[in-house]
Amino acid sequence: MSGSIRAWLDARPWIWSFAAAVVVWLVTALVVQGRGMLATLAVALQFATFYAIVGIGQMLAIAAGPGNIDLSIPGVMTFAGYVAIGLMNGTNAGVVAGIAACAAIGVAAGVFNVGLIQGLRIPPMIGTLAAGFVFQSMATAYSHTTNAAPAPLLVAFSAARLLGVPLIALIFIVLTALVAVALGRSVFGRSVLAIGQNVQAARLAGLAVRRTLALVYLASAVLAAVAGMLLAAYSGGAALDMGSDYLLMSIAVVVLGGTAISGGQASPAGLWGAAILLDLVVTMLNVMHVGAGVRYLVTGIIIIGVLTLAKGRDQTT
Amino acid sequence: MPAAPGAGAAPRGPYRVASHGSALRVGLPAAALIVMLGLIFTMQPRAMSYFGLTVLLGFTLPAIFAAMAQMAVIAVGDIDLGIGPFISLINCIAATLLAQHPVLGWLALAALVALYAAMGALIHLRRLPSIVVTLGASFVWLGLALLVLPSPGGAPPAWLPALLGWHPPLLPLPVLASLLLAALGEFLLMHTSYGVVLRGIGGNPRAIERAGWSLLAGRMSLYALAGLSGVIAGLALTGLNTAGDATVGAQYTLISIAAVIVGGGEFVGGIVTPAGTVIGAWIMLLAGSLLSFLNISTDWQLSVQGGILIVVLGLRALNRWSGA
Repeated sequence: MSGSIRAWLDARPWIWSFAAAVVVWLVTALVVQGRGMLATLAVALQFATFYAIVGIGQMLAIAAGPGNIDLSIPGVMTFAGYVAIGLMNGTNAGVVAGIAACAAIGVAAGVFNVGLIQGLRIPPMIGTLAAGFVFQSMATAYSHTTNAAPAPLLVAFSAARLLGVPLIALIFIVLTALVAVALGRSVFGRSVLAIGQNVQAARLAGLAVRRTLALVYLASAVLAAVAGMLLAAYSGGAALDMGSDYLLMSIAVVVLGGTAISGGQASPAGLWGAAILLDLVVTMLNVMHVGAGVRYLVTGIIIIGVLTLAKGRDQTT
Repeated sequence: MPAAPGAGAAPRGPYRVASHGSALRVGLPAAALIVMLGLIFTMQPRAMSYFGLTVLLGFTLPAIFAAMAQMAVIAVGDIDLGIGPFISLINCIAATLLAQHPVLGWLALAALVALYAAMGALIHLRRLPSIVVTLGASFVWLGLALLVLPSPGGAPPAWLPALLGWHPPLLPLPVLASLLLAALGEFLLMHTSYGVVLRGIGGNPRAIERAGWSLLAGRMSLYALAGLSGVIAGLALTGLNTAGDATVGAQYTLISIAAVIVGGGEFVGGIVTPAGTVIGAWIMLLAGSLLSFLNISTDWQLSVQGGILIVVLGLRALNRWSGA
C-alpha cells in the first residue's frame, strides 16, 4: 500500500511544491490572522506568472540535458521590456509596434544564442551568459533615450482579473498545459526529453537534435521577452534591474517544481507550485516585517536545500 | 577528446608537453594585452608612467583576485556565478564588522572561506550542478550583505586604504601584485604535485581517484582557495572604495569568468592558466578604459566584455575546426 503511494508520488514530482506553497500560505494566514487570504493568493499568482513564463523556457532547456541552460533570460527580459514600452510611449496606438518589437527581440535573441551555441560551439552556459550581458548593456544604452510609460491597454491587460484570478496567469497556465501535452505527445517534446536522457542515443536514433535544441533556446528567449514586456507593463515601466532576480528564479522554479536537474524529465505543473511558493515565502517574510536581506537569504537557502534533498531522492530510486 | 591535455599528460607541467596549443594559450592574450596597452599609451601618453599606470590600473587588484577565485572553481570543471555577490558581502563586512570588531570580522571572513569549502563538498557529495548551487549561494551572499549593511556606507579599518594606497618602489602596486599573483599561481598549480592533482580533477577525475587521491578533499581545497581569493578581492575593493555597498561586486562575476577564458582557460578538462588569467583580468579592465578613451559610453562596457568572451571562444572553435 505504502509502495503504491510512493509510486503515485514519484510520478507526480510537482506535488511537493504545491504542498509547500499551501503550508507557507497557511503560516502567512496565521501571522495576519486570516485577513485577506484570497487576495494574498491572487497577488502571489500574479507575480508567480512572471516566474512561470520564464520558467517554461528554462525548463525546456534544463530538460534537454546536462549543459543546456539559458542564462540570457534577465538580459532579454530587460531589453525587450525597455524597447516594447519605449515604442508604446504611453499610447494605445503603439501597442502593436511594442508587441512586435518584443517578439522580434525575443526571436533575435534566440537566434543569437543558437548561433553562439551551435555555430561557434560555445558551451550554452557561457554563450547565453555572455549574450545576456550584451542584451543588458543594449538595454542600458537604450534606457537613456526613453522614460516612457506602458500603453494603458497593456497595463490593463497585465493586471486584469477574471473572477478574481489574474488573466495572464490563466493564459500562461493554459500555455503550460499545452507544453505539458507537447512534452508527452509531440515529436518536439519527446525529442527534448530523449536528448536530455542521452544525446548520443537521440542522435543515433535519427532525432533532429540540432533543430530541437535550437527551438528550445528560441522558445526560451521569446518567453523571456514576453515576460519582460508584461512585467514592465505591470510595474508601470521598465527598470534596468528588473531582470536581475530572474536568473536564479527561472532555474529555481524549474528545480523546485520537480524537474530533474540532470535532464530528460520535465514537470511543467511544478513550475506554478514553485513560483507560487517562492512568491508566498516573500509575502510571508514581508508580513513578518523582516528586511530584504532575510528575504534573499531564505530564498537562497530554500533553493540550495531543496536541490540537495531532491537530488538525493533521484539517486535512491 | 577524452585525452585532454592536463589530464593524462606527464605529471609535471602539461603545458610544456602539450603541442602548439599551449604557447597560443598564454601567448595570444599576452599579445592582445600588449596591443591594448600600445593603443592606450598612444592615446594617453601620460598613462605611461608610474602614477599614470597606478590610475589606469586602479581596480586591478579586486579583478585579478576575483579572476583567481573563478579559476580555482573552473579548474574542477565547475563555475561560480556567485563570486560577484560574495565580493560584495566581503566589502560590506570589511566596511563594518572588520573596522568595529576586528576579531569578529576576521572570524566572519574565515567562516566564509569555510562556507566556500562546504559548498564544494556539497556539490561533490550530492553531485549537484555548480551553476545552480552558486546561483543559490549568490542570494545567500546578497542577503547576508544586506543584513550586515542595509544601505551603502560604513568605513574600512584605516590600514586597508593605506595598504591599497602603498606606492612600492619601481613598480606600481597593481603591476607588482599582478606579477606576484601570476607567479604564485603558476607555482602552486603548475609546479607542485598537489597542484597537478587538483588540475587533474577537472581533467580526469577517475584517474585521480584511482591514484588514491580524494576528489572530495581536492574540490574542497579549490573552493576554499576560491573563497580565500574572493575575500582578498573584497578587501582590496573596500580599500579602494573606502565604503561598503551590498551590490558593488556584481560586475566581477562576468569579469572573472571572462578573465579565465580569455586567459586561455577552458570549461572542460581542468585547463586553466594562472598567468593567463591575470592577463585576462587586465584585458577585461583595460577594455573599459579603452572605451572611455575612445569616448564611447560606458553603457557598452558589458557588451564589450561579453563580446570579447564570445569572440575568443569563437576564434578557439574556428581554430579547432581548422586543426582537426
